[in-house]
Amino acid sequence: MDRFKILVVDDETDFLETIVARLKKRKLDATGVVSGEAAIELLKNELFDVILLDVKMPGGMDGIETLREIKKIQPLAEVVMLTGHASLETSIEGMKQGAFDYLLKPMKLENLLEKMTEAFENKARHDKKIRNAVIKDLKHKPDSTIKGK
Amino acid sequence: MYSLLYKNLQRKIIIITLVVSFAPLIILAVTMYYQFAKTCKDKTEEQILYRAIAQAESVDMFLKERIAILSSIADTHGFNEMVDEDNLSHIFNVINSRAGAFVDLGVIDTVGVHRAYVGPYNLKGLNYYDQPWFAEVMSKGVFLSHVYMGFRKLPHFIIAVRRNENRKSWILRATIDPEVLEGIVQQAQIGRTGDAYLVNKDGIYQTNPRFKGLILSQSDLDTSLFGGRVTVVELENNQGRKLLYAGSWLKSNKWLLIINQEPAEQMASLFAVRNVQITIVVFGFLVIIMTTIFTTHLAVSRLQESEATMQELNAQLVQSDKMAAIGKMAAGVAHEINNPLNVILQKTGWMEDLLEEEDIKESKNFEEFQTSVQKIEEHVERARKVVHNMLGFARKMEPHLEDVDINDTINQTVTILENYARTNNIEIQTDLSGKLPIIASDQAKLQQVFLNLLTNAIDAIGKDGLIEIKSRRLDSRICISIKDDGPGIPAEKQKNVFDPFFTTKEVGQGTGLGLSVSYNIIEKMGGTIRLKSQAGKGTTFTVEVPVVAPERK
Repeated sequence: MDRFKILVVDDETDFLETIVARLKKRKLDATGVVSGEAAIELLKNELFDVILLDVKMPGGMDGIETLREIKKIQPLAEVVMLTGHASLETSIEGMKQGAFDYLLKPMKLENLLEKMTEAFENKARHDKKIRNAVIKDLKHKPDSTIKGK
Repeated sequence: MYSLLYKNLQRKIIIITLVVSFAPLIILAVTMYYQFAKTCKDKTEEQILYRAIAQAESVDMFLKERIAILSSIADTHGFNEMVDEDNLSHIFNVINSRAGAFVDLGVIDTVGVHRAYVGPYNLKGLNYYDQPWFAEVMSKGVFLSHVYMGFRKLPHFIIAVRRNENRKSWILRATIDPEVLEGIVQQAQIGRTGDAYLVNKDGIYQTNPRFKGLILSQSDLDTSLFGGRVTVVELENNQGRKLLYAGSWLKSNKWLLIINQEPAEQMASLFAVRNVQITIVVFGFLVIIMTTIFTTHLAVSRLQESEATMQELNAQLVQSDKMAAIGKMAAGVAHEINNPLNVILQKTGWMEDLLEEEDIKESKNFEEFQTSVQKIEEHVERARKVVHNMLGFARKMEPHLEDVDINDTINQTVTILENYARTNNIEIQTDLSGKLPIIASDQAKLQQVFLNLLTNAIDAIGKDGLIEIKSRRLDSRICISIKDDGPGIPAEKQKNVFDPFFTTKEVGQGTGLGLSVSYNIIEKMGGTIRLKSQAGKGTTFTVEVPVVAPERK
C-alpha cells in the first residue's frame, strides 16, 4: 500500500485516539481532529489524501456541512463518511455532495483500510488524469497557468 | 361485546319498524271493519224497515178492500133486500168468489138482533146490543174488531158497516178468515230467523208468529217502543239473542205489524269480509315481520362488516404508527449503541495490536488475553448484527418497493428472534432455496409478516420445540412456509385467526392484530397467506408472494 495522508474527524475522542494510533502502528500517516471546524482549519494548511468524516457531530458543524467545506478547500481529497446508521440518509446525501463512500459503525479496521485504499486509488487515478491533462495542456499552451480542478 | 351491541341494535330496529308498520295497519283494519259493519247494519235496518212498511200497506189494502166491499153492498141494497137469506146467500157467494176471505155475512137490525145470517154457525137471532162493537159501529159507521174468540170459540175478527135507511140504521157484518190475513203477513217471514206477525196495542198476537207463541196469546213485545208510523229497534229476545225489530202501525192504528230478524243472518257478508280482512292483515303482518327481519339483518350485517373493515384499517393505522415510532426510536438507539460498540471494537483492535508486541507475547497469560479480545470482538459483532437487523426491520415503515432478497429477510427475522427462541428451548431450522430471485417488494412489511408468524409459532410452542422455515420458488411465486410443532389450532377457530382482535393467547398477551395485519400486507402485495393446522400436530402458515421483477437501474 502506498503511504497516504489520512485525516480522521470524529467527536468521539476515545475512537479518534485509538484509530489514529492503530493507523500509525500500520505506518500510515494519520491525523485526528475532534470537530469539523478543526478539520477545516487544518485542511487550509495541509493536504490530505483521504478524510474519514463522522456524519453526526453534535455541538458544531455536522458531517455534511464539513464535507461541503472540505470540497471547497481540497476538492481532490476523498472523503469516507462514518455513520452509526441513524443518519444513513445523511450519508447517502453526503455521497451526493461528493463523498467517496460511507461505512457503518462499528467497523473493523480491515474494512476501513480496504475502503481507504479504494478511496486513495480513486484519488490517485484522478490525480493522474489531471496531471496528464495539465501536461497535455502545457505542451499546447506553454504560457498558460493551471487554475482549479 | 360487539355482537351483543349489534343484536340489541337489530332488536330495537325490528321492534320500532314493526310498531310503526303494525299500528297504521291495525288502525286501518279496525276502522274499515267498523265502517263496513255500520254500513251493513244501516242497510239491514233499512231493508227490514221498508219490508215492514210494504207489508203493512198490503194488510191495510186487504182490510180496506174488505170494508169497501161491505160498504158497497150495504149502500146499494135495502134492509128488506138484505134480510132475505136467499138474497144474502147469493151476495155472500158472489163476494167470496170474487174477493174471498169472508167466513160469514150477517145483517143486524137497529136494536142489535141478528136478523139474517149466512155462514157455518148458527148465529141468527143473537142479540149484539150489549156488545161494545155494536155501539161503536152505530156511532162511527165502520168497525174493525181485534181478533177474538167470540161465540164460536175460534180466533176471528169482524168488519161491520152501518147503513142509514129511512132514518133507521142497520149493520152489515162479516167475519174475516184470520188465516188469509196471516198468509199476507207471513210473506214477510224471510230466511232462517225472520218472523212477521201482527199484535194489537196490548201486545196480543193477532196472527200466529213463526216461532214461539200462538194467536191471541200475550207476546213479550212492548208496543210502546214503536212510536210514529214505523220504527226499527234492536232488542234481545228471551234466549238472549239480539234481534232487529221493525214495527209498522196499520192505518187503523189498532194493529202493529212486526218483522224481526237476527242481524247476524243479514250481515253474513260482513263476516265474510271480516274473515278476508283478518286473513289479509295476518298475511300483511307475516310479510312485514319477515321483510323487517330480513332487511334489518342485512343492514346490520353490512354495518358490522363496514365497522370490522374500519376497525381493521384503524388497527393497521395504529400498527403502522406504532412501527414508525419504533423505527424512529430504534434509529436513535442504534446510533447510541453503535458509537460505543465502535469504540469497544477499536479499543479491542488496539489491544490486539499491542498483544502482537514482543514482551506481551511472552506473558504467560498471552493466550488468555488473545482469546478474551477475540471473544469481545465476536460479541461486538453479534451486538452489531442485532442492532443492524433491528434497524433494517424498523426502518422505512411506509410502503415502498425495493429490491428484496426473501432469504435475507427471513435470516434477519430469525436473528432477531433467535435468542428469544433459544431461551424457550425452541430450535429454528431454515431450509432456504438458493434459487430465489430478488423481487421488488417492501422488505420492512415482509419482515413484519415473518416476525408475526415466527412470534406466533414460538408462542404456540411455549417451550421445547422445533420451527422449520422453508422457502421455494413455484413458477411465478415465492412460497415461504413456517411450521411449528405446537398444539395446533382447533378447526372451529381456524376460520377466525385472520380476523382483527381474534387471539388465542391469554388476556394481555396478544392484541389479536398480528395475523390480521399480516394478512392485509400479503393481500396488498398480491399474495396469499394460508393456514394448515391439526390439533396436536402443529400449524403451518404458508405465505405466497408474486415474483415482481425489480426495476432496471
